[in-house]
Amino acid sequence: MSRRQNWLVLVAAVLITALPLWLVSAPADGPDGRPGEVFGGADAKAQQAIGEIAPDYKPWFAPILEPASGEIASLLFALQAAIGAGLIGYWLGASVTRDKLRKQAERDKAGAASDPAPEGRAPPPC
Amino acid sequence: MHIMEGFLPVEHAVGWTLVSAPFVVWSVRAVRSRLDEYPEQRMLLGVAAAFALVLSALKLPSVTGSCSHPTGIGLGALLFGPAAMVLVGLVVLVFQALLLAHGGLTTLGANVFSMAIVGSFVAAAVFRASRAFRFSLAVSVFLAACLGDLATYVTTSVQLAWAFPDPAGGFVASLAKFAGIFALTQIPLAITEGLLTVLVVNALIRFNADEMKSLPLFLARGARA
Repeated sequence: MSRRQNWLVLVAAVLITALPLWLVSAPADGPDGRPGEVFGGADAKAQQAIGEIAPDYKPWFAPILEPASGEIASLLFALQAAIGAGLIGYWLGASVTRDKLRKQAERDKAGAASDPAPEGRAPPPC
Repeated sequence: MHIMEGFLPVEHAVGWTLVSAPFVVWSVRAVRSRLDEYPEQRMLLGVAAAFALVLSALKLPSVTGSCSHPTGIGLGALLFGPAAMVLVGLVVLVFQALLLAHGGLTTLGANVFSMAIVGSFVAAAVFRASRAFRFSLAVSVFLAACLGDLATYVTTSVQLAWAFPDPAGGFVASLAKFAGIFALTQIPLAITEGLLTVLVVNALIRFNADEMKSLPLFLARGARA
């Protein structure tokens, strides 16, 4: 795919992610007067649905370690993303540089072939 | 798609663990023999794992008004085949279960099944089918990653509906409810994952053409199309 197509793909991915923020409005306030919540986690919603289907169900195991607060949880999620993004960034940087060096070497070789006796490159006399 | 800790009845939790365990053993062996044979692929496997790590940390908003996250499993499943990604998915899920209380140890078997096993097998199968239909490489990669992601969330819905059938409507009513929460929310996210996977594959083809030649699924039919 061309470079332009790649950019279009990236823009599309950003738009699909960002547009719901405008398209979806917060639901009406709950009966208890608390503002309606929007963009909650689907996992939590499923947990709610389980509560509706099987009100008697009790989770029989609790997480061993729970993040102390929402802040700590976001710290750990950010850490997870940073590790991943760091590795991808390293790979991309290494790959681009390797590609560049390889092309440079090919160009040098081609230049050397067309000019068999480059000046100043004679071996030093022993 | 993470079923929360303790939210599967004991027999379901044990059952899914038993189903997933042989796949994990198979995957460990496959990864070991692959890296023995092609040590230079270590970096690419790392990239595939990193992609899954990033994407499953990103909780994205969806048009349904709730948030969920992509899985990032498709990329690795295309590069290395499903065998490698079962292990990678397991590592990501254990990280989240232990440190983030996201998912859990008792539900690990079920979550590995939906994300790492179903997700990667569907992605690989869709990719093969798309190439057989002579779709372009970009379209095939997009469909594979997108449908693999979606299949994971459909599987989660089935797992929950099976464990918690609706008292009135039974399994079907329950499935409709969980699919409404998971699968519907996931559609735009799956499209995003498909697009991002296409970008990474484009970068791979441009910069790592040599390594790609020794990958199993990929380039079997020629990458440049």
